[in-house]
Amino acid sequence: MTELPPLTPQLVLAATALVVFGIDTLSPDDDTNTLLAGVATTGTLLSAGIAAWFLSAGTGDFSFVQFDGALVVDALSLFFAFVVGTVATLVVVASHDYLADQEHVAEFYSLTLLAATGMSLMASANSLVTVFISLELASIPSYVLVSYLKTNRGSVEAGLKYFLVGALSSAIMVYGISLIYAATGVMGLAPIAETFGNGVEFVGVLGLGIVMLVAGFAFKTASVPFHFWAPEAYEGAPAPVSAFISSASKAAGFAVLFRVFTTAFPLEVIAGSVVDWSLLFAALAVVTMTLGNFAAATQENVKRMLAYSSVGHAGYVLIGLAALQSGGGAENSFVLGASMMHLLVYGFMNTGAFLFVALAEYWGVGRTFEDYNGLAERAPVACVAMTVFMFSLAGLPVGGGFLSKYVLFAGAVQSGFAWLAAVAAINSALSLFYYSRVVKAIWIEDPSDDLALTGQPTGLYVAVLAAAVGTVALLVAFDPVAQTANHAADVLFQL
Amino acid sequence: MMIEALIGVTLLSAFVVMLAPDRVAGKLAAGLSLLPVAGSLWMFGQFDGSGNALFESGTLAFETMTRWITIGPYTLNWHVGIDGISMPLVVLSTILTTLAIMSAWTPIDERESQFYALMLFMEASLLGVFTALDFFVWFVFWEFVLVPMYFLIGIWGGPRRKYAAIKFFVYTNVASLVMFIGFMALVFGLDVNTMDMPAIAQAIEAGAFTTTYGLGEETLKVVAFFAMFFGFAVKVPTVPLHTWLPDAHVQAPTPASVMLAGVLLKMGTYALLRFNFTMLPGVASDYAVLIAALAVVSVIYGAMLALAQQDLKRIVAYSSVSSMGYVILGLVAYNVYGLGGATFQMVAHGLISGLMFMCVGVIYNTAHTRMVGDLSGIADKMPVTAAVFVAAAFGYMGLPLMAGFAGELFIFLGGFSAEFAYAQLFTALAMFGIVIVAGYLLFAMQRVLFGPFSADTDYDIVPASTHDTVPIVTLVLLVIVLGTVPELFYGMIQDAVTPMVDAMASAVAPVFGGELL
Repeated sequence: MTELPPLTPQLVLAATALVVFGIDTLSPDDDTNTLLAGVATTGTLLSAGIAAWFLSAGTGDFSFVQFDGALVVDALSLFFAFVVGTVATLVVVASHDYLADQEHVAEFYSLTLLAATGMSLMASANSLVTVFISLELASIPSYVLVSYLKTNRGSVEAGLKYFLVGALSSAIMVYGISLIYAATGVMGLAPIAETFGNGVEFVGVLGLGIVMLVAGFAFKTASVPFHFWAPEAYEGAPAPVSAFISSASKAAGFAVLFRVFTTAFPLEVIAGSVVDWSLLFAALAVVTMTLGNFAAATQENVKRMLAYSSVGHAGYVLIGLAALQSGGGAENSFVLGASMMHLLVYGFMNTGAFLFVALAEYWGVGRTFEDYNGLAERAPVACVAMTVFMFSLAGLPVGGGFLSKYVLFAGAVQSGFAWLAAVAAINSALSLFYYSRVVKAIWIEDPSDDLALTGQPTGLYVAVLAAAVGTVALLVAFDPVAQTANHAADVLFQL
Repeated sequence: MMIEALIGVTLLSAFVVMLAPDRVAGKLAAGLSLLPVAGSLWMFGQFDGSGNALFESGTLAFETMTRWITIGPYTLNWHVGIDGISMPLVVLSTILTTLAIMSAWTPIDERESQFYALMLFMEASLLGVFTALDFFVWFVFWEFVLVPMYFLIGIWGGPRRKYAAIKFFVYTNVASLVMFIGFMALVFGLDVNTMDMPAIAQAIEAGAFTTTYGLGEETLKVVAFFAMFFGFAVKVPTVPLHTWLPDAHVQAPTPASVMLAGVLLKMGTYALLRFNFTMLPGVASDYAVLIAALAVVSVIYGAMLALAQQDLKRIVAYSSVSSMGYVILGLVAYNVYGLGGATFQMVAHGLISGLMFMCVGVIYNTAHTRMVGDLSGIADKMPVTAAVFVAAAFGYMGLPLMAGFAGELFIFLGGFSAEFAYAQLFTALAMFGIVIVAGYLLFAMQRVLFGPFSADTDYDIVPASTHDTVPIVTLVLLVIVLGTVPELFYGMIQDAVTPMVDAMASAVAPVFGGELL
């Protein structure tokens, strides 16, 4: 019996992207939307499924080092490969209807798949070189996807903004990488940590490099101070792309962030001598969640509200790094695992919320809260799903969001960061205000008279309902996720 | 597995009703809601629990406990079970839901399937609240209840429904958060790796504190007690945290008011009993005077507010504040009569206040006004409704042989034999509440039901239809049955609260007591 290569999830995604290109080359003029969507769905689903299978089969218990240490497959990378694969599946299924009248459909699917490959690889990146390459592989298709509706000014503008901020942060990041290389002379994450064994040299250069590296990750995860692009890009982009970027891309950004900082810059060595990055992340977490929440509360546009809420959630997830302690042991994997759990649950509920927006856009409903008035009278089932997403995002126990938030805050308390948990809990309570505005609009307000919904967007419906079922199922069956995430964090910390 | 089946069937019914067409939804929901009624009555018949759920000595009926989630060192369990305190409340929830669904047939005429689905969804959540014994499971259900009520008020409510719905939601949600944090602080201070309520209660009793955040064990207990007390007092509600209630009640459609007054308010007192008074009896007795004062203020002030109202629904709403004050007085008395009476009063008041709201609803269905000044002498036109209304009002005033009498009698007996300072004085003051109750109810009854007929409304006053009178007549009968044979519930309640009193007696040196038991 031959064994599958450990990188199968990523290989499947890349191969599917090529198959999609191939189909488009063979029959460029045909209306192959359904076929392409089917192929893309199969690929993403397979990728997520294999990742889940590997996880349950115990592949992640060891670190499979690939390409001379440039890539690694462990529980963390498989966990995030699963998240990316799942989100990509939901997005691809939903895109089938969303793209019905568009041109260049094949490019859309293959770019999505390539971006997913990049995101999946980010979780496996084990050297600063592969970190940067996979990050760019994820980013460049994303720029194109955001401006996919090229006759739509909003979409093009969003793409440009996203690209400019992205290019800037990439440049800063590369410079940071070069500084770190200058200080240590190696690129691999583990080798970097090893050089600290003989004492840390070039403290200033290294510290500057680390801080600049953070800039790149802050961009990818839409954290302060590189969050400006998020509301613009999410608002202008086609809604499925917004869903994809805000869920999968954010998760991948965090995956690589977790790995780089825990492997290459162990807090035990770096905090005392160079820069206490956990304090840096604590500050970023507080600012990010507070800014995201308060900005979200003032929005009139649902998509922008979701964008800022996504910034807020990045702030919660940052707690996972902020609450790490040197020599923390089990507490460290508890809180880092909690961040991973939250990203997985977030993958379902946030993707679902954006796909509901996609559904609304498909129907030609406007984008503000008022435009959503009375939607429940026309589409009750989808609105039940949206209600689940909103309440779960707010942390009410109708979905897994409650549990993952709770574990995250409890982890922070356990590591002695009660103040951070308190700030997060207050933010979370306030967030109910703006999430419930959507619920109020769709259920309680009366619809305008000319609200008519036409079309049978089966794919969108399937994706939204699947996300809702996933969100609720994660409340009931949270145990496997919790176990896997904790285990992945254990493997990362080599406990 | 019986509890899971009960909750599961109710939840499934909610989905079925949601997908049913509007015109059959009401009948279908009522029919399906008979399943949990039958289930809960069967459980009542088979009930074999003894003692208190949170004590080591207690045995639970229909208990299941399986691992739900393990996170790091913590294990959360799916732990449900029924003891003598929860059994009556489970029966109350199922019966009242069915009757409330029937009472909705007339007033609810749009988006019916959604309405009835939400009612059933709420019932399932309520059953969860009263049976869950793991804090997390309990909290999930506790928050679940908010969601359907928010929609019931917000969609089918009166003119100011949006304001009332959001006020209800925000008020109770903030309260939940404070309670949650208070309880969590307590649990993290304990040497337990679970959220199992019995385990936590026993750990607190054993004094197994490891961390106290530099507060000192007693201080931590007091802080946690008051955080939880605040959270639950909003739900009860206790003066001065009651301001959401009149808005919610007046704007809510009648069936939702019935559930709100009949069962949702009991969640607050049930939680007070389970958490504050069972887990932290020491703090409860240290601050008994303060809590009793709050209870008496609720009784008197609530009744005075009811006296000042013109809207029948507001009268009944404020009178709930008053009645729930008695429950808290019974809890703080902390003897078998007090605790038992408080629990019994939860059920009795659930039935009677539900009945009162239904009566007001039946009158409103035909008159389209609830103002006392607009109506006069409608007993001639609506004889059955008027008769039931009179019976309900007397039940509220505590007429012997009706459920309210038994509950209040036990509470006053408990109050007079309580051991905290000025207990007798507080109880005597609280009893004056009954005089005021009699005042406003007799006044309202006399104006609305009797005297020469006149109605300041554009609608004809016609007798209520059969499906409107069936629920209210059923409720009157239940109130009388429970008042005549309080033993039906009181036996098991007494069995469940006695261990609490014993534990307290062994912890605090008895001054006197036991004579009445």
